Amino acid sequence: MILNDYLIFILITLIINAILCLSLNLVNGYMGEFSVGHAAFMALGAYSSAIITVKIAPTLPPLFLFPMAVLIGGATAALAGIPLAFLSFKTRGDYLAIITLAFLMIVKSGLENISYVGASRGFLGIPHLTNLPWTLFWGVVCFLCLRNFIYSKWGRCIMAIREDEIAAEAMGVATRSAKMMTFMISSFVAGVAGALFAHQLQFINPSSFDILKSTDILVMVYLGGVASLSGSLAGATIFTLLNQLLQPLGIWRMVVMPFLLVLLMLFRPRGIMGFREWSWVKIHRDRSDH
Amino acid sequence: MDYFAQQAINALQLGSIYALIALGYSLVYGVLTMINFAHGDLFMVGAFFCFLLEKMIRVPFWLALLLTMLGTSLLGVLLELCAYRPIRHAPRVSAMITALGCGLIIENITLALSPYPRHMPTLIKNSITSFHGITISSLQLVVIGISLLLMILLDFIIRFTRFGIAMRALSSDRLMVSLLGIPANRIISMTFALGAALGGAAGLLYALSYPVISSSMGMLIGWKAFVAAVIGGIGNIRGALLGAYLLGATEIITVSLLPSTYRDLVAYSLLLLVLVFKPYGILGQPQVVRS
Repeated sequence: MILNDYLIFILITLIINAILCLSLNLVNGYMGEFSVGHAAFMALGAYSSAIITVKIAPTLPPLFLFPMAVLIGGATAALAGIPLAFLSFKTRGDYLAIITLAFLMIVKSGLENISYVGASRGFLGIPHLTNLPWTLFWGVVCFLCLRNFIYSKWGRCIMAIREDEIAAEAMGVATRSAKMMTFMISSFVAGVAGALFAHQLQFINPSSFDILKSTDILVMVYLGGVASLSGSLAGATIFTLLNQLLQPLGIWRMVVMPFLLVLLMLFRPRGIMGFREWSWVKIHRDRSDH
Repeated sequence: MDYFAQQAINALQLGSIYALIALGYSLVYGVLTMINFAHGDLFMVGAFFCFLLEKMIRVPFWLALLLTMLGTSLLGVLLELCAYRPIRHAPRVSAMITALGCGLIIENITLALSPYPRHMPTLIKNSITSFHGITISSLQLVVIGISLLLMILLDFIIRFTRFGIAMRALSSDRLMVSLLGIPANRIISMTFALGAALGGAAGLLYALSYPVISSSMGMLIGWKAFVAAVIGGIGNIRGALLGAYLLGATEIITVSLLPSTYRDLVAYSLLLLVLVFKPYGILGQPQVVRS
């Protein structure tokens, strides 16, 4: 077998990273807001799915239990996205970024104080349910859903919001519904990634979902390219592989990554694939259909 | 009653340190309308710089304060020159990400060089004065006193010096100021120097008050000060002070009533609460959207 355990681990990590990156790109790239709180959605997904598999229904057969746990993880995260969407009706830009930061910190320090999920010691004993086929399945599902969303009417709405919110509203774009949907979908997808993450590592603690995790996702998005699905895939791949290749550097690896980010901002602020797509990603519509 | 007075002094001490850092965030935001996420790490560097000074050459307190402020302000200027100036006209998001990246670089370099928390040596002889049952240590007096002194100095600089006037002009209209022949770049550099110097002083005072320093304090304390600046209304100097003392008081009250793990939860909930009702902070003005 060519795929040994290490390679499988890397592949699963890569797909989880790609899911996270796609999710953040929806808000930061396509809608043009700046969220630094995506680790919070991931945390909510991870914790709620772990509660399902560890506390509530540990005896169910895994084939049924795991998809249910992942879906519940995503749904919890999506519910948490609703208040953020409401706040985004009133504020934009810097202040919305701060609100997402506050949200992240509240979720993290909230989890640190709930002893039901192990408080700051972490949540132990999560079954190892994430495997390559499941991860691949969820990765493809998330990718297809996001692609269809972006090429739908709603996708055009959020891109209009990114370019000019006031003009979009004047042209009849339902900005509130569009924002609400975007936040919910994006956080749902992040929650799915969190659930996969929890059942891969079998251990989660609140500090694995801090601002550094969010920064990692940001690096992937802006490395790969904003407003680009292909870019998200590329960014997650490069980030994950680079992270492994730079292992010998030890702590200095953590200097290289942000340094790369700064260089990228200075010389290529849109990322590698910013605002472009590989052709197989695009949905081509025949105009004569209408 | 004594208990409350005692806690009030603790809150004043913590709030003063927050205020010094928050001022740095606000000064830069006022001039460049950019959130300098790396500022918290300048505060951390200030603490480590002072630690190194004391380990290598034992210098008296005053000299350490001056040298630390000088050191961090140089770093602040360097940061602006290398990272922020080239992307000044790029989209705001790029600036924000660059700042976040620079903060992480500084933090992780410190982590790589000093992986363990360090213990700060004492610089001031700590004597405790009792006054009607309220105890004040000389350290607390020094922290509060120096903070107030620096704030008064800053107020004087902003109000009366040519630099301060240019800075205020710059924050109201950057383009016009350049047309009138004011060297905008030099003023921006000086603003960074000023903010970073205050941050460095805060780092020193923090290290003296709570003498364990680590590379993550930039994130823990610096971000908290950022919260303070936002609560007050970022870009607004008085707002930064108000927010800082408000946050200091809230944290001290939280710690005295609840387990200390609730500290962050309450601080960030306060931020969220303020932003829900006053989206631009208590004293902040709405941003004018220019195309």
